[in-house]
Amino acid sequence: MYGKSLRALSISTVVAMALALSLVFFYAPLEAEQGFLQKIFYVHVPLSIVALCGFVIGALLAIQHLRTRDPRWDMRSYVAIHMSLIFAVGALITGSIWAKGSWGHWWVWNEPTLVSFLIVFLLYATYQPLRFAIEDPERQARYASVFAITAGAFVPLNFIAVRLSTAYVHPRVLGSTSNLPAPMALTFVVSLLAMALLYATLCKYELTAKHTRAQVRALRRRLLGDAEEARGGRARSAAPSLPPSATIGPRTSPRTAL
Amino acid sequence: MRSTVAALLRKELLVELRTLESVPGMSLFAVTTFVVFHFALNRSTVEGDLGAGILWVTLLFAAILGINRLFVADAEEGGFDGFLLAPVERTAMLVAKALTLLAYLVVLELVAIPAFALLLLGPPLGHALPGLIGVLALGDLGVAVIGTLVAALAVRTRARDLLGPLLGLPLFVPIVIGGARATSPLLTGAHNAAPAARWLLTLGLYDLVFGLIAYALFDFLLED
Repeated sequence: MYGKSLRALSISTVVAMALALSLVFFYAPLEAEQGFLQKIFYVHVPLSIVALCGFVIGALLAIQHLRTRDPRWDMRSYVAIHMSLIFAVGALITGSIWAKGSWGHWWVWNEPTLVSFLIVFLLYATYQPLRFAIEDPERQARYASVFAITAGAFVPLNFIAVRLSTAYVHPRVLGSTSNLPAPMALTFVVSLLAMALLYATLCKYELTAKHTRAQVRALRRRLLGDAEEARGGRARSAAPSLPPSATIGPRTSPRTAL
Repeated sequence: MRSTVAALLRKELLVELRTLESVPGMSLFAVTTFVVFHFALNRSTVEGDLGAGILWVTLLFAAILGINRLFVADAEEGGFDGFLLAPVERTAMLVAKALTLLAYLVVLELVAIPAFALLLLGPPLGHALPGLIGVLALGDLGVAVIGTLVAALAVRTRARDLLGPLLGLPLFVPIVIGGARATSPLLTGAHNAAPAARWLLTLGLYDLVFGLIAYALFDFLLED
């Protein structure tokens, strides 16, 4: 029941990605100053936007977790932040390549968006060490949620502070879609959509995998008994795992649950 | 609420006065760091941007020493348990701890600022002092609030000495931006130097927002 819409989501992601890439390479015009290099914009900016939105979504899910105390919300918050971290690494790398190509340096301090992105990334990089350092799963979830909410609020604040601090040496190339010519704007919107779909699909895959693993463990425990299951020994991990009661109901037999 | 905070604050300050665990160490650290900066930069005087940067980095790292120790006694000697057994509002602990940290920072600066002026600063500080006090007050407020939240997050983890600074430093970046930018015109020796209003505003807003966040979230850190 958990992976139900997975196939539809995967197919639409593949289609959207293919469409976005073909628009990038065959439809969008070459930019006058930067030429072919500017095409990285259609990967870099959607990656960063999706990563930042993912961090904020992680914070909203964490609020839900603190309200309901349901470990499933914590798992969703974890997956959202985990996936955003991966996207953020991609955004930093593509941003660095773009900076090297257009300004000649791998890192540029007077590009406020890039700098604030790095600070946000450094903060979120402590999310998993924090989880890993707390053994009790309930407290781990609670503390992680407190961190996720604090950091989620920090994201926009930090962007404002860093932007204030930077004098614009370089013109802001493409801050919003409003100053883009129409074909570029269309390509950008499709790329953003494709990237958001990719994020959603990957999150869904991770959630399904975690849920299935918890289900398998619960079934094993039911078949083999607690002692046998405990012998396997669970490695300590930063990732949350659902308690057996959250995956299969106490009254269903293993056969119906499967 | 007010009497709880007063009682907790009294206890904190009494413990610090009797053990002298944090403040002397923080102050000594700051002075030593100025000496290290003198040799690392190979300069006998600094001013402007460079001076503001050195001052803020030193104060921040000294503050982190205090933040790391802020809740250790409560976690190890059962202070949390005792507090949770008492029928009082839990937010009182946040307020009391933040005020304690603020007091530590004020004492730290009473030592560190004269030492900085004496050891490193080129231009005289005299007429820039009121502006500097204003900037430091706003910065300290933010450091105290965020530091308390981060210390409470990190104290009951296995790697607390590592996690506290790792969590705290990125959160302090906007304070450093605001604080250092507002301080640098004060350290140039100009006669009519004043901190720019927009940096004070940034610091104030940041303090306010994080005050609210800490107020909303602190209770969840104390639940067991």
